Amino acid sequence: MWQALHEELRDYGFTVITVALDKSADDARPWIEAARPSHPSLIDTGHVVADLFNIVNVPTILWIDERSRIVRPNDVAFGTDTFKHITGLASAKSLAAVRAWVRGEAAAFTAEEIRALQSLPTADDQQARAEFALGDWLFRHGRAEAAARHFVRAGELAPHDFTIRRGTMPMRGLDPMGPEFRTMLAEWTAAGRPYYRPLPDTRG
Amino acid sequence: MTAETFTLVDGDHVSAVPASVIEALVAAGDRPLAIDRDEGVAYLGETALVRATRLASLEAPDFSLPDLDGRVHSLSRYRGQKVLLVAYASW
Repeated sequence: MWQALHEELRDYGFTVITVALDKSADDARPWIEAARPSHPSLIDTGHVVADLFNIVNVPTILWIDERSRIVRPNDVAFGTDTFKHITGLASAKSLAAVRAWVRGEAAAFTAEEIRALQSLPTADDQQARAEFALGDWLFRHGRAEAAARHFVRAGELAPHDFTIRRGTMPMRGLDPMGPEFRTMLAEWTAAGRPYYRPLPDTRG
Repeated sequence: MTAETFTLVDGDHVSAVPASVIEALVAAGDRPLAIDRDEGVAYLGETALVRATRLASLEAPDFSLPDLDGRVHSLSRYRGQKVLLVAYASW
């Protein structure tokens, strides 16, 4: 998905880094192999990046500059329009913004603007991540039933965190595209809460 | 049934500790602690203060993760380049 952009802009000192928040390399493999990437395509079964960057859903993108500073905080962006009919989010705006940034054609957000756009984690968010991590450890040590209890508890602590509520469904033997997900999504959106939360300038 | 010894997981660090250590961590109430008393395992996470402070500084936190070949990549290795970090999943 992002491979074309990576290739297009590689002469500008730019790289895409993708991180799969999947339960195993095998789950991420088909996506990576289909993309045939020349950029780092990493596997994050422990959701380390979700913890560090307060990522609560996928896809989430961030822009990080040459000095390792966050210049665009967590945003929703798709590399293609494959899901546009479901999400309502087209890829063109996000891709154009990345190009303008990388080519030095766009004014960057100020530090104040970036901080205003950031969502910072709460104590409950971090307790949820600890419960997720415990569940993940138990799952990897063959204790799937015990793991599931902690995945459920994590989801109760952080109901907006779909890397937990949806991301753990495969480890609970549930289809993340199936009825349990659809029920969860319906309940979430019925209360007027969006499932995807793009930054204001990304929204179409 | 509560275990007398716990496996305490702190990131990549795993140790065997007596239950009293778990109770002390609970009492300290600092870092988030997830406990499974039946299984005798506990996971020690990071506080919101540490995570939020780092994010608000706008310094990207470093991380090291493997690719499909098992080769480990660190974000800090890409300093000097602009990076588009994309988190995605099969779900």
